[in-house]
Amino acid sequence: MEVLEFGFMQRALLASLMVGLVAPAVGVFLVQRRLSLLGDGLGHVALTGVAVGVLTSTAPVGAALVAAVLGAVLIELVRARGRTSGDVALAVLFYGGIAGGVVLLSLAPRGRATNLEAYLFGAITTTSAADLAVFAVITVLVLGVVWLLGQRLYAVSDDEEYARAVGLPVLALNVVLAALVASTVVLSMRVVGLLLISALMIVPSAIAQQVGRSFRQTLYLACAIGLVVSVAGTTTSYYAGTPSGGTIVLLAIALFLLVTAGVALREATARRRHRRRAEVHAAHPHEHGEGCGHPAVPHGDHVDYDHDGHLHAPHRTGAGVHYDEHGEHVAPPARQGSRP
Amino acid sequence: MSDRPALRLRGASIGYGDVAIVRGVDLTVHRGETVAVLGSNGSGKTTLARGLLGLATVLDGEVEVLGAPVGRLRERGRIGYVPQRHTVSGAVPATVREVVGVGRLARLGLFRRLRPADRTAVADAVAAVGLGDRMNDPVASLSGGQQRRVLVARALAAEPELLIMDEPTAGVDAANQDALAAVLAGVTASGTTLVVVTHETAPLAGVLSRAVVVDHGRIGYDGPLAGSELPVGGGHHHPGEPGRPPAPGYRLDQPRVTPEGGR
Repeated sequence: MEVLEFGFMQRALLASLMVGLVAPAVGVFLVQRRLSLLGDGLGHVALTGVAVGVLTSTAPVGAALVAAVLGAVLIELVRARGRTSGDVALAVLFYGGIAGGVVLLSLAPRGRATNLEAYLFGAITTTSAADLAVFAVITVLVLGVVWLLGQRLYAVSDDEEYARAVGLPVLALNVVLAALVASTVVLSMRVVGLLLISALMIVPSAIAQQVGRSFRQTLYLACAIGLVVSVAGTTTSYYAGTPSGGTIVLLAIALFLLVTAGVALREATARRRHRRRAEVHAAHPHEHGEGCGHPAVPHGDHVDYDHDGHLHAPHRTGAGVHYDEHGEHVAPPARQGSRP
Repeated sequence: MSDRPALRLRGASIGYGDVAIVRGVDLTVHRGETVAVLGSNGSGKTTLARGLLGLATVLDGEVEVLGAPVGRLRERGRIGYVPQRHTVSGAVPATVREVVGVGRLARLGLFRRLRPADRTAVADAVAAVGLGDRMNDPVASLSGGQQRRVLVARALAAEPELLIMDEPTAGVDAANQDALAAVLAGVTASGTTLVVVTHETAPLAGVLSRAVVVDHGRIGYDGPLAGSELPVGGGHHHPGEPGRPPAPGYRLDQPRVTPEGGR
């Protein structure tokens, strides 16, 4: 492989491998919590850290890590305290982060001025051996915490109120998750850039959740997808001469569209097959339930509803509920009406 | 420890922010009791329950749960909670086993993983609500009534000493209500204290023995459920209109104040 002959590409591929694995492992929890854009916001905050690092001649990666983790903790505290203004507080923090970064970077002395674009959109080929070492530590740390606390993080992301009622340390777990996101942001900075980080956290999860049956399965699948698109995108960008970040994200989105179309097609086929086998009451005007006016009739392992003499069996699908005709309902109820 | 009541409220005011919705409530529930917390919409019954769970703020007075002040209760894992939420609504798919497994986590501290005994408890809880054959199915593939049962199983998996349920029968068909009543009968037989917030007692009449009626943030009636004959659930009760006929044992030991509304 020609791509592996150069040291800078070896480092680039190693970095993309780590990012591809780690970003979705954290992103799945954000999707579950419906906080998909948290990574995006922390990317903004990290830019201020980068600028401080450049200005003070310390390592930008380290400074970005500190800024992003601080921002993450601050966000969780704001979320936990204020209920109404939390949304606005987040916006202020996020935009303050990017504005501060841009202004501070412009103040850097000429000789030290850094390419803003490299941080915003990634510059994977500039990854140094020292960067790789930091990335490796972050990768091990993030995956370790997810392995250790994954079940709790899932519990809090799934139903925060329940978690609080039964005494899980909700705030602490949220802070941990936010810190994981911050670490991932910094890890991904070089590869996909601060403006595209969220994509690598969220899109693999969005793909996996359409196929996975369990949370665990979705998590593993998202990591696998992230790893593949990240490495494949970096390789493609080498041959096509395109920026790595954009290439990776476009690849992920292409896969997302492909899988979405595939799942839709599969469901449509299943629906058609189901209609051929069972008679479906198309365009049912209301949902049967308690007090709907149609008596419930036990029918084998489920409950039908007597709708003007027809037995309607609720059939739930991803698209909602429809009703299968389960034959005529003859009084006295039950014990009849053969299944079509 | 275990001779202390499951719940003890003394002059408790509970609310959100600094607005009290439940005001000056005295209530003691002993271990193993099965209590219906009744009241019309906006009466404060849900706020009362949320105060017991630490989800609403105790603004005044004392609220003791399982022998400890609610804010300082260490072993919250001993509480089971079934929220009012109708369905399980995560964005990422999760199986019945995973959702119910969460009910077990609080007992395990911060780092311990589910052990074989915990897995057995999860399987038992799922079987108890009649979904044993759906363990590995995504929750989203279940019907609304079945998803409610998953949330009940999550609470049961904790093997709770105190089980608090918010409107478990609302919007559930008769067959599922009967199934729930049977499950709860089994749970209370083993000594679990049961508090059910509801506006209808009929579906669980066989399980619940005591009624606490919350009216405008205060307790309007506290006594046996069977004899209360309260027009709860049906009828038109207008908030602010003291037109409810007192049932046997009905006592109004607090001066009635004009409500501000709220939950």
